[in-house]
Amino acid sequence: MDIAPVIDGFGVVLQPENLLYCLIGVVVGMLVGVLPGLGPAATIAILLPLTYAVEPVTAIIMLAGIFYGAQYGGTITSVLLRLPGEASSVVTVFDGYALARQGKAGTALGIAAIGSFVGGTVSIIALTLVAPFIASFALDFGPPEYTMLALLGILLVAAVGNGSRTKAFVAAAIGLLLATVGRDGFTGAERFTFESLSMADGLDFVPIAMGIFGLAEILHSLENRGKLGKPPAKVSNPWPSRKDLKQSSGAIGRGSVIGFVLGILPGGGAVLSSLAAYGLEKKRSKTPERFGKGAIEGVAAPESANNAAATSSFIPLLTLGIPANATIAVIFGALLIQGITPGPGLVEDHPELFWGVVNSMYIGNILLLMMSIPLVGLFVKILTIRASIMAPITVLITLIGVYTVNNNSFDIVLVIVFGVLGYLMKKAGFEPGPLVLAFVLGSLLESNARRSLILFDGDVAGFATRPISGTLLAVLVVVLVLPLLGFVLRRSLAGRGGPAAPGPGGGATGETPSDSPSDSPSDSPSDTPSDTDAPEGRTKESSR
Amino acid sequence: MTVLVGYVDTAPGNAAYEAAVAEAARRGEPLVVLNSPQGGALVDKALVGDERRAELASVAAAAGVAFELRQPTHHDDLAGAIAAVADEVDASVVVIGIRRRSPVGKLFLGSDAQRVLLDLDRPILAVKPRS
Repeated sequence: MDIAPVIDGFGVVLQPENLLYCLIGVVVGMLVGVLPGLGPAATIAILLPLTYAVEPVTAIIMLAGIFYGAQYGGTITSVLLRLPGEASSVVTVFDGYALARQGKAGTALGIAAIGSFVGGTVSIIALTLVAPFIASFALDFGPPEYTMLALLGILLVAAVGNGSRTKAFVAAAIGLLLATVGRDGFTGAERFTFESLSMADGLDFVPIAMGIFGLAEILHSLENRGKLGKPPAKVSNPWPSRKDLKQSSGAIGRGSVIGFVLGILPGGGAVLSSLAAYGLEKKRSKTPERFGKGAIEGVAAPESANNAAATSSFIPLLTLGIPANATIAVIFGALLIQGITPGPGLVEDHPELFWGVVNSMYIGNILLLMMSIPLVGLFVKILTIRASIMAPITVLITLIGVYTVNNNSFDIVLVIVFGVLGYLMKKAGFEPGPLVLAFVLGSLLESNARRSLILFDGDVAGFATRPISGTLLAVLVVVLVLPLLGFVLRRSLAGRGGPAAPGPGGGATGETPSDSPSDSPSDSPSDTPSDTDAPEGRTKESSR
Repeated sequence: MTVLVGYVDTAPGNAAYEAAVAEAARRGEPLVVLNSPQGGALVDKALVGDERRAELASVAAAAGVAFELRQPTHHDDLAGAIAAVADEVDASVVVIGIRRRSPVGKLFLGSDAQRVLLDLDRPILAVKPRS
């Protein structure tokens, strides 16, 4: 591996401007992580107009900072107030809040910050090693490969994402439809423009992202206005003890690995990995009953995992050009705005951007580790602002922002239309992610598909004959067929015997009681010395 | 008949609470504590948490007074919320804490204490914190 561009990347990051934007990014990210209802996708969408004003590298450094910064911030409210600021810190609530109730809020936050730092750093190191390897195939990528890649990206996000699969496909189809609006790039024919000049150039990514993520989320969060708030919480003893660190070090390691692996998979990302990491810790633990009552591992594992996943989800984006989740899709859009198409060519064509962004994550994680504990009080204070004050300001910023991009009032109308659409989608249970993703990849998909068909003289079989596109096609078919196969299997199982169908779900809960008696006689003689702290914890709880 | 006190965890609020406990003990009536947040925010500084609630209850218990805490959201109308609860529990006296306001502040923001004093048709005990 050539080491020079990596070093140059640090040179890019250490420029004062980039350092400043990295700092802005992580602070905003943490802030957004604290605020429930405003996720990283929404914030990045709202801040898209800002990226026009700065260099591509600087812009992406900031947006990336928002994304992984949000993973830190989400922990704070989970632990202190039992309010998960982000979907990815929902599992942190179980043990984090229990620890806070025992007066160990500081310990939980400290461990979460350290875990996040380790998770993020492990992931960046792996990213540094893996990404150039994947990108080394770049030269072999032509239009057919890009076609398959775009198709696979849309399909994976729709198939693996959380929520209903059918609804995700519907959303993706709408996204593809929206991508066709405007003048055809090859023939010049106008499509779905309704004779409007504003739509002749196609729909812009910025108003769509700002509407569907930004405005829609604000509208949605206004619904919770009537809910009763919570009294403020105190933070004491912010540094974890040596014993806590020792106890959670394994969990942090395992969480980082899980997060890294699941983060690469499209549609997986931070939410899934935090759930998986928590599940694994609970299963591995000799004292699973401690979980939910303030087990430090229950905070350490998911927090390491969601940060590792947030970082590793940049791998498919920066190397293959597939956005792995909704937030990354918005960052993808930001890159396209800057005239850079993320893909296998990125490392070769824009090494300063690739390594600049990757290396900025090291700096960003250090900044986050330093800031997360001292700033907790400030972040909690922000939660005392009422939604009726916060929402109008955010909406105003969104609308002014989108207007400044093109000085075009039609864009404001677009934001409002897509805001309402996104809100209705949310209400009806449609994920906005696949729509935006399909829209982003739609134009890429179309132009490359048509270019490759010209290459193949209109022969569709050409996609299967080239090695890389053939492989991608095979993966595509597997992704399509597997869920169908599973569906058919479940159908036939359900047809044979009713009680057999809910087996996996019911079996998991049934396993734990049957496992523990069989484990305890064999384990107890050998494990008694190391197990001493577990019964100690139990007696403490019973005495309370 | 009960003694109703409007409470937030501030100096005037605590002065009002102290006076209300004494008043309830003197009258031999149960004490109803109204802690009404405005609502809309995720964290509300005015809201009484579990710890503070226990402290308040122990003060009341020490004086031999029955204690009840109510926390309805008042949105924009605090005086209305106090009036509604006062009617519901049939308060013989309503205790509130008052603080100094500048004329300008009063002009722009109004005064909840003034509205309570003028709007409620019940005896009201207004308490200032000791300075």
